[in-house]
Amino acid sequence: MKAKKNYIIFLFAALLFSGEAFASQKIRIGALFAVTGPAAFLGEPERNTAQMVIDEINRNGGIRGQQFELVAYDTAGDATKAVNLATKLVKDDKVVAIIGPSTTGESMAVIPVAEREKIPLISCSAGIKITDPAKKWVFKTAQNDTLAVEKIYSQLKKQKQTKVSILTVSDGFGASGREQLKAQAAKFGITIVSDDTYGPKDTDMTSQLTRIRGVKPDALICWGTNPGPALVAKNARQLGIKTPIYMSHGVSSKKFIELAGDAAEGIRLPSGKVIVADQLPSNDPQKKSLLAFVKDYQKHYRAEGDHFGGHAWDAVMLIKGAVERGATTPEGIRDQLEQTRQFHGIGGTFTYSQQDHAGLGRDAFILVEIRNRDWVIIR
Amino acid sequence: MQFDQLLQFFLSGVATGAIYALIGIGFSIIYNSTGIINFAQGEFVMLGGLLALSFTELLKLPLWAAIPCAIAVSTLVGALFERLAIRPLRRPTPINLVIITIGGSILIRGISMLIWGKDTHALPPFSGEEPVIIGGATVMPQHIWIVGITLLLISINKFYFFHTISGKAMRACAYNRRAAGLVGIDVRRMVLFSFIISSAFGSVAGIIVAPLTMTAYDVGVMLGLKGFCAAIIGGMSSGMATVAGGLLLGILESMGAGLISSGYKDAISFIILLLILFFRPQGLFGKSESERV
Repeated sequence: MKAKKNYIIFLFAALLFSGEAFASQKIRIGALFAVTGPAAFLGEPERNTAQMVIDEINRNGGIRGQQFELVAYDTAGDATKAVNLATKLVKDDKVVAIIGPSTTGESMAVIPVAEREKIPLISCSAGIKITDPAKKWVFKTAQNDTLAVEKIYSQLKKQKQTKVSILTVSDGFGASGREQLKAQAAKFGITIVSDDTYGPKDTDMTSQLTRIRGVKPDALICWGTNPGPALVAKNARQLGIKTPIYMSHGVSSKKFIELAGDAAEGIRLPSGKVIVADQLPSNDPQKKSLLAFVKDYQKHYRAEGDHFGGHAWDAVMLIKGAVERGATTPEGIRDQLEQTRQFHGIGGTFTYSQQDHAGLGRDAFILVEIRNRDWVIIR
Repeated sequence: MQFDQLLQFFLSGVATGAIYALIGIGFSIIYNSTGIINFAQGEFVMLGGLLALSFTELLKLPLWAAIPCAIAVSTLVGALFERLAIRPLRRPTPINLVIITIGGSILIRGISMLIWGKDTHALPPFSGEEPVIIGGATVMPQHIWIVGITLLLISINKFYFFHTISGKAMRACAYNRRAAGLVGIDVRRMVLFSFIISSAFGSVAGIIVAPLTMTAYDVGVMLGLKGFCAAIIGGMSSGMATVAGGLLLGILESMGAGLISSGYKDAISFIILLLILFFRPQGLFGKSESERV
């Protein structure tokens, strides 16, 4: 109660002394997230996290005396809407930077707006095309698919398993994974012996898996987001497939284990470190950020913080870092973002440069195995 | 291609097909008594699964008690849908009715999204998860439940339509609504019955597949379409023809995915749908003026 009273007095005093100037001190950050629609599983935690972090910064007195304000819009996963809202953020809301959008398609559509209006954009989607080639005003926080594929392939190479079957979902995420899996196979001495897909709404994958069982691969790699991979796990168990199964980082959430149940046991997947924050060795540079994020998210939303929220956490923190180093204008924030070195975030350790606006290395991913309905790090 | 692979494709197809058949029968019961395609049929499939989940998880009911409760609630929703959306219509032309069912399906889906969220949920299987081996192929115990329950429901359905007064009255409506009305059958009540029966069927289908395929607020769309395909192949009969249609569809899909390419799985069923509509609109097994119930 007392704290609240103090806060009110402080607010009153602040209003009295600074008046108009106080309001204009706010740094406005725009956000475009797919809070509803098919990509809501990305947008919702992202929006929640961004709001949580900004509230926290303000509660601690802002950065260099300046408060932040988040102007977040829901794109519903629609690229056209995302473009309109991006323009609105720039023209009407006069934001200094934009976080999001949540999906690769939307990000690609918004990039021309950011470039034209000279507003830094920190995308929360994974598509490699967003920052390859590097664009002056565009950064991103989500890990590239390339890194996830490399992680799986280097493990397979280590175990001398060279014949793999791939089973990917026929949507944007699966198509991108399939492309990367095929493109990098040769580099790791891996042959793809069968290449199947399934529809995002399919309810039975036994046909594909029966075929895969027939070609006897050393490992099966399945690339998709829930619920498809959980069905693949269940169907594989039904068919008695003993081949080691690898999944993508698209299912690295407890939801997958819940859906697949016992069938999830022994499945391996590359994942950001957030799901195993408490298992990380204490010298891991990301550990502090990860634990703080997980605890905070739990407290505010009574749900486990995930990677997707983490992408927004990283984006806000990167902007915070830029403002801490003295930037207040879009131009300044962009320049300072590019100067980010060794920022230990949720998605990994970011080091941006003029050529690299994705900023992450292979250490952004770890390989985990599901044992006793929990994640175990494979070293 | 070995025999055990073919057998696996076949058995997977039968299990999926049984579901399509059950949903398809829901379509045809309503079609026969009202002359409309109820595009909200898929939503009752979704409701069945999600309600069963809520009854087991929130109210902590055992599965055997949760299932009848879930069926009862979704049947009630079906009845309300008929009373509130279909019956009050002043000019019930088929196009109006079809649009209303589409609107109803969007409404039910939207409300369900608000209640259960956008996540996928899994229902526990009825009897364990140990696969059963049938001649080199494997099926889950749940598959056997699905086929068994489908067969049971279809027999009950057959009995109802041929051996009870209200069943016979519904058949009369299917043959000729006006004549049925003239001999004293309350046609509107029969329409209500048809919605009740088909939403019950839909929800049963939703419950028995949920342990295998999992369920979410939007599963009704695809399952509804596949059920519709089954009903079209069966010539909108609510008897064995639709069952055969569903099984045929399931087996072709599974064989297609296994033998040709998994990318064409959905294409196969919709190509079949188009071919049937072009060349045999009365259904694969029907004579041109066939008995529809």
